[in-house]
Amino acid sequence: MKGKSKGAYGEMFVLEKVVYKDIINLDYLEVKSGVVTCLVGESGAGKTTLLRLLNRMKDIDSGKILYRDTPIEQFDPIAYRRKVTMLSQTALIFPGTIEHNLQVGLELTGRPACSLAELEEVLEIVQLPKALSEDSETLSGGEKQRVALARLLLLQPEVYLLDEPTATLDEETELKVMTRFLAKVKEAGGSVIMITHSTKLVEQCADQTIMLKKR
Amino acid sequence: MTIQLFIAGYVLTYIFNDPHPVITITILGAMSIFSIMNIFKQMKFPIKRQIKWCIACSMMTGPIITLLFFNGIVIHFTPWYKPRYVIPIAGMIIGSAMTGLTLALKNLYEGITSNRDKIEAMLMLGAAPKRAVKKYVDQAFDSAVLPTINNMLGMGIVFLPGMMTGQILAGISPTVAIEYQIAVILGGLGGVSLTVIIFILLSYKVFFTKNAQLDL
Repeated sequence: MKGKSKGAYGEMFVLEKVVYKDIINLDYLEVKSGVVTCLVGESGAGKTTLLRLLNRMKDIDSGKILYRDTPIEQFDPIAYRRKVTMLSQTALIFPGTIEHNLQVGLELTGRPACSLAELEEVLEIVQLPKALSEDSETLSGGEKQRVALARLLLLQPEVYLLDEPTATLDEETELKVMTRFLAKVKEAGGSVIMITHSTKLVEQCADQTIMLKKR
Repeated sequence: MTIQLFIAGYVLTYIFNDPHPVITITILGAMSIFSIMNIFKQMKFPIKRQIKWCIACSMMTGPIITLLFFNGIVIHFTPWYKPRYVIPIAGMIIGSAMTGLTLALKNLYEGITSNRDKIEAMLMLGAAPKRAVKKYVDQAFDSAVLPTINNMLGMGIVFLPGMMTGQILAGISPTVAIEYQIAVILGGLGGVSLTVIIFILLSYKVFFTKNAQLDL
């Protein structure tokens, strides 16, 4: 692992001697708060596993993960995931309209529903010019990913863990969507840790880059 | 089958002529244990030890509570252990609960294992495990009660139920036979519903770790 940081912000995550099976073996890693951190590396290097460890979808075998100076095991896992939220690589789409798909994230996490204007705003941020009443089953793979991104924006977590959020988009659209998305997150004071294979996206958006190497 | 039924007939005649609470309770226990073993045997996938406990607990509580309610309040016969009533009614309630629970377990397991990605994606967003599996829990419950409800819909039009036919052939008035049949069917539905609800409430947690991670 090697890191390059250009953000002068406090540590959000600190990982010390973290071992998970034979996939992850990190001596020390810091992730800054309020910045966009890109996770890069070859396939099988453990990028998704690292995000899952940060999201507490898996428990480390040994070592320590601190979130804002507190070991993550000390948080209630559900409350923690509402602050440090992960978006899986395959977009989670429910049967029904786009509106339902956006509101369902709030319902799943026990939050009140958003207004139609707020829903339209997030769709505009992810560059999805679709009616809220449109059936989500008719959307393409890339459009479904953007619905999932828009849903995540409505949840307003402290940390966004994104696993190749725009993998099915062409490079131009990907840059457009992610630039706007990341600007919105930063404006709200959020932090992003994102897996990506796009060199252009890393060059344009990353404040910190973490390269994971296959063991 | 003929030999089994003849033996059952003679044994029941003996028990009915000489009723005793210990014999009734022993028979109920044996029926429940047999039904639990039957559920274990029918599962074509490996079942965790905790799930087996959930099956045993729900099969030991759901049908018994229904039976107590049915015998004590609906039919209200004395003494409470009268085998002529307890054993056939318990047989119907436990049998329905066993079929329902088998269907519920199969559907719950298949629902959760084949939708692992979706459930994990919901957990990643911060959904509670109970909410993340709600759809599959609801589907499991529906699959358990649907055969009984379908049976109710066709009853009296498509076919006459076995118990009612037996009573009519034995010379009981059809209107009296119908009253018993309605009570027994509703008792069966209540037994299935209660057993499956208890099972689902206990078992869905087994699919998750204490840290709300999916554990299959």
